Amino acid sequence: MNTTANHFRIEVAGENALIIYFGEKTDPRVSAQVQQAVTILETELSGKLIDMVPSYASLLVIYNQLATDHLAVRSCIRKVLGQLEDCDSSEGNLVILPAYYSTESGPDLEALAQRADLSIEEVIKIHSEMEYRVYAIGFAPGFAYLGEVDERIAAPRLSTPRTKVPRGAIAIADRQTAVYPAVSPGGWNLIGLCPTRMFDPKATPTMPVQVGDRIRFNPISQAEFFAQGGELGEIR
Amino acid sequence: MSGFKVVQPGLLTLIQDAGRFGHHRIGLTTGGPLDSLAFKWANRLVDNPMNTTALEISFGGLVLAAETDAQIVLAGAEMPLKINGVEQERWHAHKIKAGDKIEVGFSARGARAYLAVSGGFQVEHSFSSSATVTREGIGGFSGEKLQQGDFLQCNPPVKHKGYRLPESDRPDYRDNISLRVITGYQQHAFSEYQKRLFFSSEYKVTDRADRMGYRLAGPEVKPAVDGILSEGICHGAIQIPADGQPIVLLNDRQTIGGYPKIGSMIAMDTARMAQMLPGSRISFDEITIDDAHNLHCLAHIRFNNTEPEPVE
Repeated sequence: MNTTANHFRIEVAGENALIIYFGEKTDPRVSAQVQQAVTILETELSGKLIDMVPSYASLLVIYNQLATDHLAVRSCIRKVLGQLEDCDSSEGNLVILPAYYSTESGPDLEALAQRADLSIEEVIKIHSEMEYRVYAIGFAPGFAYLGEVDERIAAPRLSTPRTKVPRGAIAIADRQTAVYPAVSPGGWNLIGLCPTRMFDPKATPTMPVQVGDRIRFNPISQAEFFAQGGELGEIR
Repeated sequence: MSGFKVVQPGLLTLIQDAGRFGHHRIGLTTGGPLDSLAFKWANRLVDNPMNTTALEISFGGLVLAAETDAQIVLAGAEMPLKINGVEQERWHAHKIKAGDKIEVGFSARGARAYLAVSGGFQVEHSFSSSATVTREGIGGFSGEKLQQGDFLQCNPPVKHKGYRLPESDRPDYRDNISLRVITGYQQHAFSEYQKRLFFSSEYKVTDRADRMGYRLAGPEVKPAVDGILSEGICHGAIQIPADGQPIVLLNDRQTIGGYPKIGSMIAMDTARMAQMLPGSRISFDEITIDDAHNLHCLAHIRFNNTEPEPVE
């Protein structure tokens, strides 16, 4: 099926960047098309690309102005978009991330449960039963935006962001969830800790996930968390 | 081991090469020199390849002790350069010997200067670049700015030529200039009136101006939307948060974000803006992407065809 070409919009982003809009909202099928375009454009624009930034429903294409120009890149993009299939959104790798959910590791878990009129156990069950998609990576190295959490456990960002969120913190903001890849400031609701390193500059690959992958959280006990190298870390 | 000892690091001195490219997909930003023209000249005047690791000195205050023979050059902002207490010309390669003291004073005009050494500083690459991004803790020495006592290792001296850039070819870092912007991204979310206001008003560089972005102060510009689905941010993108005050995003920007953007400043002009200190006044000129493309290509040709003078 190839009915999608009409939904695309190509805009100028900067002197050597075009941005392709595939849709207006979070949608796994749209995200799958962004991924498809990344793969094809990488080949089609080989030697002329500087970088690409895929996100929820858009793709920023940055090119070398000394090797090509916006007219040629635009025409290449149009050609590629015409070839995109209405593809299956469940093609990415399935990655299981261990999750130590508790009030000890997730200082906002109790408040979030109260807000949602659920028990802590129910919140954990709802968060860990859903399969998430990696929609984008950004904000900080290795920070993967996962979506979408069940509406029942969606929660707005904290009114005052924390100055220190520990590495591995599993967090919720609106209908997004994520694992903090490093100690950083942050305003998301913390519900647990993941012992898996989400970004390790010295490891290959540096990240266990990439855009388009499917993620599931697997609840583990405190003992398992420590056994897998987890650390509680300081929260401020 | 030969190289330079950091006697005094200055306010903000960073190890930089041309930048880190091709890693946006894991959230890494580009880093690299804020004024890429001055950076390229610094390397060229000591006969280095263009991507050689040099130092970006913001505002000044750097003192190095040479433990090697080499040629050095300082290009960019007007920071007084002294070798063994004697003032020396900028944009001019100088031979130095082990035991020499190199001082870069505080800037009289401009904010960033580049110190390059023949052969380049030897710094381990992370993600194919030595560029320091402190926000990410990546590049340079453990992702940090230069510290007192750091040792900058150099390649053993080889026969390098040295050059001087004639004064008439040097950029000037005057204030109160107009910077060129291509409208794009969410430009349609800004009414004609809002766009006209943006392009006809004067803005001031605030003190919240750093390697991530320059926050400006002036007439409020309001888009019709508050936020957008997070998307990729290119170099020079001008985002307008809820307070209506533009932020021009630079080398250490986040790779994705959800604020509406009116367009992007061209790199030649972000380089000029990055030389400005808080309080500087700027305005914007709208240009087309065609003009921007031509300007970029011409600047490249101009750089390649400007011949610096050989020095002894």
